Amino acid sequence: MTQGTHSFSVERGLNAWREEIDAPVAAFFSSCVHCGLCAQACPFFVETGDPKYTPIHKLEPMRLLWEQEFTLWGKLKKTVKDRVDTQLGRAPKPLITDEMLEEWEPLLYDSCSMCGRCSMVCPVGNDIHYMIRKAREGMVASGHSPEGLVAASVRAVNTGSPMGLQWKTLDVQIKHVETATGLEVPIDKQGADYLVLLSSMEIINFPEYLEAITKIFDHAGVSWTLSKTCFEATNAGIQIGSKDIAATLVQRVVDAAEQLQVKNVISPECGHAYTAIRWEGPNAIKRAYPFKVYHIIEVLDQLRADGRIKTEGKEMDRLSMHDPCNLARKSGVVQQQRSLMDLVASNFVDLKEHGEFQWCCGAGGGVSSNERAEPLKLAAFKRKKAQIEEVEPERMVTMCATCRTQLEEGLEEFNMDIPVVGLTEIIADHLVEKEVENKKAEES
Amino acid sequence: MATSKTLGESLRQHGVSRRGFLKFCAATASMMALPPSMAPAIAQALEKARRPSVIWLSFQECTGCTESLTRSFSPTVENLIFDVISLDYHHTLQAAAGDAAEHAREQAMNTNAGEYLVVVDGSLPGPNANPGYSTIAGISNYDMLMDTIDGAAAVVAVGTCAAFGGLPKADPNPTGAVSVQDLVKDKPVINVSGCPPVPMVITGVLAQFLTFGTLPELDEYGRPRAFFGQSIHDRCYRRPFYDKGKFAESFDDEGAKAGWCLYRLGCKGPMTYNACATMKWNGGASWPVEAGYPCLGCSEPDFWDAGGFYKALSVPTGSPGDVLLTAGAVGAAVGVGAGLMSRNQGKQAVKHHDKVTADQLEEKL
Amino acid sequence: MTPMDFLLLTKGPLFSLAIAIFALGILIRLFEIFALGRAHNYAAARGNEVIPGLKTMYRRFNPDPGTLWHVGFVIALLLFIPHIELIKSTLGVSWPGLPNPVVDAVTAITLLGLVAVLIHRLTHPVKRFLSTPQDYLIWTVTFLPVLTGYLAYHRLINPYPLALGLHIFTVEIFLIVLPFTKLTHIFTAFVARYYNGAIFGRKGIQS
Repeated sequence: MTQGTHSFSVERGLNAWREEIDAPVAAFFSSCVHCGLCAQACPFFVETGDPKYTPIHKLEPMRLLWEQEFTLWGKLKKTVKDRVDTQLGRAPKPLITDEMLEEWEPLLYDSCSMCGRCSMVCPVGNDIHYMIRKAREGMVASGHSPEGLVAASVRAVNTGSPMGLQWKTLDVQIKHVETATGLEVPIDKQGADYLVLLSSMEIINFPEYLEAITKIFDHAGVSWTLSKTCFEATNAGIQIGSKDIAATLVQRVVDAAEQLQVKNVISPECGHAYTAIRWEGPNAIKRAYPFKVYHIIEVLDQLRADGRIKTEGKEMDRLSMHDPCNLARKSGVVQQQRSLMDLVASNFVDLKEHGEFQWCCGAGGGVSSNERAEPLKLAAFKRKKAQIEEVEPERMVTMCATCRTQLEEGLEEFNMDIPVVGLTEIIADHLVEKEVENKKAEES
Repeated sequence: MATSKTLGESLRQHGVSRRGFLKFCAATASMMALPPSMAPAIAQALEKARRPSVIWLSFQECTGCTESLTRSFSPTVENLIFDVISLDYHHTLQAAAGDAAEHAREQAMNTNAGEYLVVVDGSLPGPNANPGYSTIAGISNYDMLMDTIDGAAAVVAVGTCAAFGGLPKADPNPTGAVSVQDLVKDKPVINVSGCPPVPMVITGVLAQFLTFGTLPELDEYGRPRAFFGQSIHDRCYRRPFYDKGKFAESFDDEGAKAGWCLYRLGCKGPMTYNACATMKWNGGASWPVEAGYPCLGCSEPDFWDAGGFYKALSVPTGSPGDVLLTAGAVGAAVGVGAGLMSRNQGKQAVKHHDKVTADQLEEKL
Repeated sequence: MTPMDFLLLTKGPLFSLAIAIFALGILIRLFEIFALGRAHNYAAARGNEVIPGLKTMYRRFNPDPGTLWHVGFVIALLLFIPHIELIKSTLGVSWPGLPNPVVDAVTAITLLGLVAVLIHRLTHPVKRFLSTPQDYLIWTVTFLPVLTGYLAYHRLINPYPLALGLHIFTVEIFLIVLPFTKLTHIFTAFVARYYNGAIFGRKGIQS
């Protein structure tokens, strides 16, 4: 037992798996017949053709542990094996070795974005991505997680942002937005309806997002605020697969929301941040929130449905959309972004497989934070590229900063001149400004 | 007590026409899977055949086999064949009784040593069983059989009891009954099974013995392949209904009235090898399936123990429902136990959880 | 041992033994799964769990060769009159069957389908990579009952008690092997599908 020694070891990893194995995992492992269909659903296999990237194969070490320790049959086999070993006077061969975990590390991290597409097609119903998430717990505890993700986790815990971003950086941007829009960006406003979170990647790569929501919320009269103590929505703990790290990070969001007594928390245009706060967070901190969590797209669509967003004009070029896995397949937000697109686009065409059956961009699940996975990340993108080529859009729209970066980099790599835009920005661009002025005139 | 009278003479004496005799020979030829051109040869051989001596031993039996052979509503060639053999000992049919009867048997054995046929009907208590379960004239069945077959040319086991043990051998077999072939190892044994057997099968076997002096080709149960080579199912006139999936489900439903397949009513035709479907009974009048009754499989070994007569062939013989329930209940209990053990393992693991911190991770970098 | 001895052995004690091991084994496997339970989920649900869970239980049958032979297997198993008689005698329930020629044709397709999936397993890179000896074992124990059933129906093995005995015997092997191999998926796949549907359903997706 390594308790208290704080050193990563196989045993500590196996202990983590023992914590994670539950009835669904047992049902899934009992059911796999090695049909290999999950491989056809995985962009990492489809674009590399290497059978070792078959999703279920990535779980083999955890399956071995389940079989040996969580089934009566496995226990019996183990007893017999031990007897035989004792009889022959040889040392029993360990079931799972450090070398094995080392071999599996790239399979569980570099070649899996936890997009969950395999979970949708498995004929016996195995939710493979559910198990990958659990398997990563053991990888972290055994010391077999990629350096990039370890570094991101450390930075996230120590600095508040996986990219090491400080409030002062954001502050500069806030000032910039306020100047550009003439509107106030509310900070630490007690009792606001919505606490808006951002992602570091957005702050650095896509500053237009903050400006867009400032405009939209002003337009729709939404009461919102940023929090100085917690602006970061992303959660490296979810990506590396450590609920301890995840809990630490989620706790910051919860503390900020409770401190400001907001009714709702908005996750930004970032896929994993949303699943982290919306679905995993309460389980990481082991209690339900006193507030609700929404993705910005859900909020915007609700405002649209309530008639609080008035737009004018439409984008005339051919637009298509990439659904972030975390938002669509893994969180059930599929129709909202399409309703919003209808509001502002006249020539929108969906990719052939979209919504819950969309293909991953290849960068999620921590792949983009893991430098070692670069070649695989680009390979997996080829599936998205093929999908985009099928419908030949002039621009792509998405609502996740990681997906957006991956699409931009990937398309550039293949010399495809297709710009990628965030949905929130497009909405902001089409707001009716006059109405606001008219209202103000009427009031005065 | 063999006489010089040939079979031909005897037949003519009984007023059997030449035409009727040839018809029988043709039927015999076809049963023995010989070409029709062989029929005259059979006729010629039969006409010249001498009456062979036959000793008929009846052990643990019901006399049904003898009834089947003798009780015909009109004289047939089969009966006449039966009449013209020299049946020197048959305690149901012979006039003599007591010592005289046994004396007749001994005399036949002595006179025809090495040539006579022994026909047995009924099973008998085996050498290790209490011989008192069945004796004749104070002689145990076992002793009488072993003594009689000593000088026999061949043994014909007539009926399922003699061939396979039949009803006496059925579970729990209180008398330790065995079949003839269980005991007779050094003489050819021909099994003419059936409860009772089709009469013509016996006469057919005798006809071959008389004609060619040979014994018929036998199947793996020692039965003449000519008569037992095909299953009831394969020759059943109701087979087309089986193939179409039309089954009677009770003895008085529309299907039964329409003459549909009796499989679901327990017909054992598919596993039963006999000539009923082709030769029929009572002078070709009918046979059980034609009378609307499922085949019991009476010509097969252990047919009494092969599941209920009215249960389909596919139905297991034990009580699988009870087994399933019991094993299922035990399985559920053990499963819950094993599952709780595993669950506890998970809980222990949670107890031993070593919290992952950023500091620990940082050391890795 | 005569063919009839063999048939009676398979129809009697061996059958009881086989279903005892089967029932014991599979219920252990199932309850072992259920007893593990699921941790309480603190996240507010977007959707229901039960209905999507139940839907996923039947929504994962894809129209492909793999499904084809499964359907054939189930039709032959559950809709052949002699099998219905067996089930009726064991469980006391029955239902209408299919005409024998239909079951016969389905069985032939099932056999071909099984051969096809074996060839696929041997040739497809992913399947070959994933396959363990157990995968070939379960293919064999699945194939044999179908094959012997087909041969028995067409009376291609003689005498018939041997044919039927072999068929029942291979079924018994199948039943005995089932709880200790991934043949458990026959039952656990529905449990797995339910969990999959429930997990996704909670998040508002019908998986």
